Amino acid sequence: MNLNTSKMAILVIAFLAGGPLQAEESLAIRNCTWCHGSSAQGLSTAPRLAGQRDQYIQNQLLSFSEHLRDNPLSQQYMWPATAHLSPQAAHDLSAYFSALPPVPANDGDPELAAAGRAIYDEGIADSDVSACVVCHGPNAEGVRGIPRLGGLSYPYLKRRLEQWGEGFHAAAAPMPQIAGRLSPNQIDALASYLSFIGYESLE
Amino acid sequence: MKVTSLRLAFQTALLAVCFAATGRADAADMSQQAQQGLQGKLEYCKTCHGLSGEGYRGYYPMPRLAGQQPEYLENQLQAFIRRSRTNPVMSNVAHGLTPSMVAALAANLRDLNPNPYGGAPRDSLALGKTIFEQGLPESNVPACSACHGPDAKGKAEIPRLAGQLYWYTVKSLTNWSRERGQGSLKDTSAIMVPTTHNLTQAQISALAAYVSYLK
Ligand code: HEC
Ligand code: HEC
Ligand code: HEC
Ligand code: HEC
Repeated sequence: MNLNTSKMAILVIAFLAGGPLQAEESLAIRNCTWCHGSSAQGLSTAPRLAGQRDQYIQNQLLSFSEHLRDNPLSQQYMWPATAHLSPQAAHDLSAYFSALPPVPANDGDPELAAAGRAIYDEGIADSDVSACVVCHGPNAEGVRGIPRLGGLSYPYLKRRLEQWGEGFHAAAAPMPQIAGRLSPNQIDALASYLSFIGYESLE
Repeated sequence: MKVTSLRLAFQTALLAVCFAATGRADAADMSQQAQQGLQGKLEYCKTCHGLSGEGYRGYYPMPRLAGQQPEYLENQLQAFIRRSRTNPVMSNVAHGLTPSMVAALAANLRDLNPNPYGGAPRDSLALGKTIFEQGLPESNVPACSACHGPDAKGKAEIPRLAGQLYWYTVKSLTNWSRERGQGSLKDTSAIMVPTTHNLTQAQISALAAYVSYLK
């Protein structure tokens, strides 16, 4: 899919899926949700923002506007989207999206979930794979500038982990060092497991 | 602290050190292949313990390893393997390490000297300094400097505390008897038990903040 058709596709889907725009959603928020989906639950290539950690969202918005997060889709979509975002607007949008309840994508391969969970909780010391739990938390809930991973979509998680191994977003220490050691099968398993994790509350 | 219990504690400390030292190989005669293996492992440790070994505040705190006393570090890795120190993640990490790898990692980490991680509250640094240097005689807390050294750099099986992550030190001192010295075998962790029992949460916080800023 080239850039133009995928943009069109996003536009059309956003239009169809959004229905009548919620009255309380301000224009500033709609500027983001027409890509990130209604209630910011994620849509097509744009990840879920609902329930993401406030501090993490703020850090990412800064890393887009400073062009440190240079993944191909970040360049195409998020560099323009943050080019004129004031610090106050970034602060307010992060607070708003982080407080929305997240819905899990549930789109990984269920047969790989157990293998993914084992890597998440224990790591694989013999091949120098770090356990994710020490930073992302026992329920993949994240904390401060460390993102919530539970329920993000399988393709998004997979793409992020692969792209660190390809050298993108090198400033996101320590993830480039960690993801660069994962095999394609391990990435598949982790992204599958994480896509199924849901939350009853935001804590 | 009573002299007899101190002596006993140091005897067990000595034992543990001898135990750790038996497998030590000379880092100098490592083959090139072993050197590469060492660098790879070192990078692995740093994914969690900070890219310069300065420690990292994840969901759980990962302690600073930079500048740590090699004997202390080797003792802890042994304790994780024996599970006398409980931490599932570090048990897995420590399990596959050969004694010569452990010795080489410890020697490398000792020579790192990054700035402290920082971030600790600054409101009770003075109290922390006083307890560190003088102890709290009325509540049976010894001066930490007596063992950990006036600059908190430690010695042999006594760890360096200088620059250690605030949140890690708070957790260590708060949970001491639940996380260390588990099982029947007595080890060096016994030395710290009375001290950790006699400190209040506010005193622990003050001490952890004070040492976290020492270079
Ligand atoms: C034109 C579509 C588009 C618009 C408009 C848009 N985004 Fe994005 N956004 C994306 C895409 C695509 C990604 C994924 C980038 C990648 O994969 O590297 C993304 C990623 C993000 C991320 C990173 C999330 C994470 O988990 O790391 C944040 C935060 C974000 N956007 C916030 C916003 C905000 C706030 C707005 C409104 C000011 C906004 N976006 C507007 C398409 C868009
Ligand atoms: C030592 C701490 C640490 C460990 C261990 C760790 N992470 Fe991360 N992770 C982070 C931090 C910090 C970020 C945010 C980086 C940034 O600021 O861009 C992150 C970001 C991520 C993201 C991006 C999420 C998004 O919304 O775009 C993914 C995916 C991820 N980590 C997966 C993993 C997996 C899988 C593991 C285990 C194999 C793991 N992490 C282990 C600290 C860690
Ligand atoms: C997946 C993350 C992770 C990796 C990788 C890791 N560690 Fe740890 N390490 C931890 C955590 C978490 C603790 C804290 C345990 C606790 O709270 O008791 C720790 C504690 C330690 C301690 C105890 C330090 C002290 O001050 O008492 C040592 C020693 C240690 N690790 C050495 C290593 C070495 C050597 C490596 C590489 C071979 C390594 N670690 C790799 C997470 C990790
Ligand atoms: C009698 C000697 C002695 C005194 C006094 C002493 N310590 Fe210790 N401390 C030790 C030894 C030995 C260890 C290593 C224990 C082990 O091997 O598990 C240790 C370990 C520690 C650790 C764990 C470090 C790490 O990296 O996990 C902390 C924290 C600590 N001491 C703080 C203190 C504080 C604070 C005081 C003063 C209130 C103090 N100690 C007084 C001997 C002492």
